[in-house]
Amino acid sequence: MFLTFLGLFQLFMMSSATNGPSSEADTDSEQTHQCGEAEPGTSRGRDDEEGENLEDVAADIYDLIKDIRDPEKPNTLEELEVVFEEGVKVHPIKGQSDRYIIRVEFKPTVPHCSLATLIGLCIRVKLDRSLPQKQKVDIFITKGTHATENEINKQINDKERIAAAMENPNLKELVEKCVADNDT
Amino acid sequence: MRGNLENVASLTGHLDRVWHVSWNPDGKLLTSCGGDKTIRVWGTHSKSNEGQGSDWTCKAVLQDGHSRTVRRISWSPCGSLLASASFDGTTCIWSQKNAEFECITTLEGHENEVKSVCWSPSGSLLATCSRDKSVWIWEVDHEDDDYQCVGVLSVHTQDVKNVCWHPHKEVLASCSYDNTIKIFQEEDDDWCCVCTLTGHEATVWGISFDKTGTRLASCSDDNTVKIWQDCNPDGQDGGSSRKTSWKCICTLSGYHTRTIYDIDWCKHSGLLATCSGDDTIHVFQENSVGSSYKPGFSLMACVTNAHSEDINSIRWNPNGDGFLASCGDDGFVKVWKYSQC
Repeated sequence: MFLTFLGLFQLFMMSSATNGPSSEADTDSEQTHQCGEAEPGTSRGRDDEEGENLEDVAADIYDLIKDIRDPEKPNTLEELEVVFEEGVKVHPIKGQSDRYIIRVEFKPTVPHCSLATLIGLCIRVKLDRSLPQKQKVDIFITKGTHATENEINKQINDKERIAAAMENPNLKELVEKCVADNDT
Repeated sequence: MRGNLENVASLTGHLDRVWHVSWNPDGKLLTSCGGDKTIRVWGTHSKSNEGQGSDWTCKAVLQDGHSRTVRRISWSPCGSLLASASFDGTTCIWSQKNAEFECITTLEGHENEVKSVCWSPSGSLLATCSRDKSVWIWEVDHEDDDYQCVGVLSVHTQDVKNVCWHPHKEVLASCSYDNTIKIFQEEDDDWCCVCTLTGHEATVWGISFDKTGTRLASCSDDNTVKIWQDCNPDGQDGGSSRKTSWKCICTLSGYHTRTIYDIDWCKHSGLLATCSGDDTIHVFQENSVGSSYKPGFSLMACVTNAHSEDINSIRWNPNGDGFLASCGDDGFVKVWKYSQC
């Protein structure tokens, strides 16, 4: 079963290779626009009620992902502490109520690259399907928990790679098993 | 801001996200493709694109050409052929007459998803690129409908996202998940990489030449646009190999707050359009043409919530009338009219 995951990941997600030689690129003119709006993540002048609301939203989102099954073990991601409530952060988007930037952090149980990417894929698919409204979702591995975290984060957040991976029937089946709602 | 973008049409029909939009060479047809595995061809009844939303109709739906997502489409310069690139690993060539299409050939060879396809300005070459890290060059014989692969270039170290030809020379640019842009040319009958442009800090999703082909604009997952200058456009060093050198002369940051998925540099107006995962479209204009090495760009127009989700593609109408097409994860294809205030 483990080999199957590896095989599939090599085939469909293509783990990283080394970077080629770099050549210089002097940037002569840096033009940085100062946005008038608040950066996402700050809550300019929002009152306590709104702050609580964000916590509720985060809690609701956590509820959606905590029962995702681990690809290998007969446990949920919550049971294995791969996902945790504090790992879900919700940032408002100024001028848009009910629209957020959602950041989900997770800690893979094993350092293996393919499994970590698969878990990230499952989280993304589950949220894409279950959220009442389309939201911006960024998924990351907890810093320091994995040697190739940058490579994994890059794959999980490349929506073209995710879309292509989910068109592969074998991989799709794996993901479906993990994200299926419990019948009990 | 000194410009304005007005939404003139919102086209529905696609059953999944729309990945790409492309105008045909005379600007009368708009094609789109996406996750529902189809290509849709849209046009208006009226003589110009000034028609109201209700004038736009879907003239054709090309299905059964691909078994997976259609990622990109490209019209041949003569306007009678359409190439489509798909996650199923193939590139289809469609022949069209009076908005009726027929698949005349399927190009195979890439090991996995084909991410982009683009016709050269003469129509005699076709370029494709893929997650298999390679860029393929195909020679086209229009009389025999024959397509021969004349180059397989595996110089990128990761997934190649897009390819784009120089506006009038047989020079190709590609951009990749490896954060670089590469320039390819034929030298001594062999296609090779003549330059690598580094500077972006994340995946480069789109590239577009200006009308002279001496400048290239790129957009990236690092939320910036970079402008690159060909520092030696006419250079011949006496020998058979032509030295080429591109430098980044400007970076536009702070405008988009999420990945910039596509960029298009209008060959008529010089306006630069970008679209992003932040659901906005931005239009920039260079401040003064001629101050070559340190240009500045002004934001002329910006539409927030241009789509209700990520915007994947943006294209100026090639006839220069100021129409702009966009498409997104919301399944919509939208047409905009740009005007100066």
